[in-house]
Amino acid sequence: MLFLTAVLISPVRIAEKSTIVYCLKLLCTNTSNKLKTLKMTDSSKKNKLNRRDFLNKGLRYTVGLGIGAIGVAAWTKLSSQEMVWQLDPSKCRQCGRCATSCVKTPSAVKCFHVYALCGYCDLCGGYFRPETKNLTTAAENQLCPTNAIKRKFIEDPFFEYDIDQDLCIGCAKCVAGCGAFGNGSLQLQVHHKLCDNCNQCSIARDCPSEAYSRVPAKSAYLFQGIEEKDYQKQKG
Amino acid sequence: MSKKITFILIFVFFTISFVQASPVQRFPKPEFEYGHQQPPTIAPDARSQFMEYLDVFVLLVSLSLISWFILKKRSRWGALGMSVFSIVYFGFIKEGCVCSVGSVQNIALALFNPGYKIPITVIAFFVIPLLFTLFFGRTFCAGICPLGAIQDIIAFRPLKLKSWLQTVLGIIPYLYLGFALLYAATATDFIICRYDPFIGIYRFDAKFSMFVLGATFLLVGVFVARPYCRFFCPYGVLLNLVSRISWKHMTITPTTCIQCKLCENSCPFGAINEPTLDKKKEDRQIAVRRFIILSFILPLLILAGGWVGSQFHENLASVHPRVQLAEELMTFNESSELEPSLELTTYKSLGKSEEDLYVEAASIIREFHVGAWILGGFIGLVFGLSLAGLSINKHRIDYEPDRGSCLSCARCMDYCPMPEEEKPHRLLFAGFRKPVRFK
Repeated sequence: MLFLTAVLISPVRIAEKSTIVYCLKLLCTNTSNKLKTLKMTDSSKKNKLNRRDFLNKGLRYTVGLGIGAIGVAAWTKLSSQEMVWQLDPSKCRQCGRCATSCVKTPSAVKCFHVYALCGYCDLCGGYFRPETKNLTTAAENQLCPTNAIKRKFIEDPFFEYDIDQDLCIGCAKCVAGCGAFGNGSLQLQVHHKLCDNCNQCSIARDCPSEAYSRVPAKSAYLFQGIEEKDYQKQKG
Repeated sequence: MSKKITFILIFVFFTISFVQASPVQRFPKPEFEYGHQQPPTIAPDARSQFMEYLDVFVLLVSLSLISWFILKKRSRWGALGMSVFSIVYFGFIKEGCVCSVGSVQNIALALFNPGYKIPITVIAFFVIPLLFTLFFGRTFCAGICPLGAIQDIIAFRPLKLKSWLQTVLGIIPYLYLGFALLYAATATDFIICRYDPFIGIYRFDAKFSMFVLGATFLLVGVFVARPYCRFFCPYGVLLNLVSRISWKHMTITPTTCIQCKLCENSCPFGAINEPTLDKKKEDRQIAVRRFIILSFILPLLILAGGWVGSQFHENLASVHPRVQLAEELMTFNESSELEPSLELTTYKSLGKSEEDLYVEAASIIREFHVGAWILGGFIGLVFGLSLAGLSINKHRIDYEPDRGSCLSCARCMDYCPMPEEEKPHRLLFAGFRKPVRFK
């Protein structure tokens, strides 16, 4: 590109000496002379200064109006309410990119537990690796890479699973496991207290199943299997 | 009971394949005998919108303050203080978002994409600095933009760049703006945000490549003052153009220039125009001739640029994820050893037809064909106008800030030996007059 620029600029630099341009200029001289006699008859120095000021002023108003026009044009596309990014769990394919594509580390996408759907299984597909024999909380049995799921005995044969969202990285391994073997009560959602609400969500750009969309902040969350009234909103 | 359930679970384990992901009530809701209460699912709310309005308010106040510092108080310290404030507030606290530089893309997307809804704060962050520039010059660049402020305070050993190099590098922001607008308008990507060099530093979580980019800019910035602002910033292009016709603009001297040359090397950005050597004004005839030649060259360059751009429209479009997917689907065959990408397998698993994808990709490529003509024409126009700018002789007697590229940082003011004009009421304190300084 530098070369291209240099090529483009150099002719003008040597324009005064170059013969080709000189010929061109000769051709133009006649026209310019005519223009000169037509226009430049009497323009005193004072007038010229005023003209420049006038042009500047006119341009200023035009640009001001232009900026205003762009602003107004954008205003017509104004969202009536605050918009946030939302992950649709029904489209999610648990590819794991939510963990890696977010501008934040760890990702602002977290696993949420929809307790209302949970079967409280002993053998939880979201908690245990598929080949696990002993259903204990030993590290080698856990599917979660960060130990973010806490298993708690309730009563025979039920266990409750809680998610420590400070540890969760949004890798969706548990979501895939629960969806494949259980009720699908573990679901990924954008944690809006953590989300920076970027211009262009970098996970949305990388999501293979286009599960991300912009929605009004009032209904920021979308859980499968339960209605909006069934989950508890927490003030940010 | 427990064993039975475990048996059923293991049975299910082996029979259900690994594709089903939507919730199915495979296991009934448990009935707790000892009255265990199910905890609710908690969904934390987004941060309140009030904070965003506060940002707009802070932007307005800080812009007014810095304009006052620079134009009225002629204070470099004031501008520096605002830079530090901006780094702390817009940089570290707001984590570099929302920023005016990126807002250009939102505006483009909103104007070209009917489905996109734009937040009001983004419009405010786009319009307010432009309006302030129209009134007072680029005071936004001086110390309110967090990207500029961080570079401004580390410009310790600025080198003077050759003017030809500065002109050539100065074309890059126009190209960057053109590409950013094309990709934003086609809803492909927000490249300004993606390659923002300092946001990773402000957020303390830069990926390695982003950190290297940011650190490089900062390191180079020690010797070449504000490299991003001068040679990359796409929003700076708009501010540059608007600043040329601003109502007021900072001046180097408070009264009149005496051509003492003291300020000559004070500008780290090479934005001070020196007096022209020839005392006589240029012959009008030559000027008119040049004007005619340029008015022939300019449309030619625009057309040529547009044509060249349109030849590359498929390359430009291949960045779009849908086009990429369509391309892969077209070239993919089952027998090859290459693994299909995650996008392709997902698309197939969703059960959408291939035809739809091809139609969609084709329409995107058509959009890019128009966009590439416009982008190419714009690049041609930029080259043409740069040529015109180089060939026009401006007659100048005094040392003046170049209205376009001057960032209003107020460094040069301290070099001017002329005393400030005394205002009538200050005559009372004539004894405390500012001494005439010669640096």
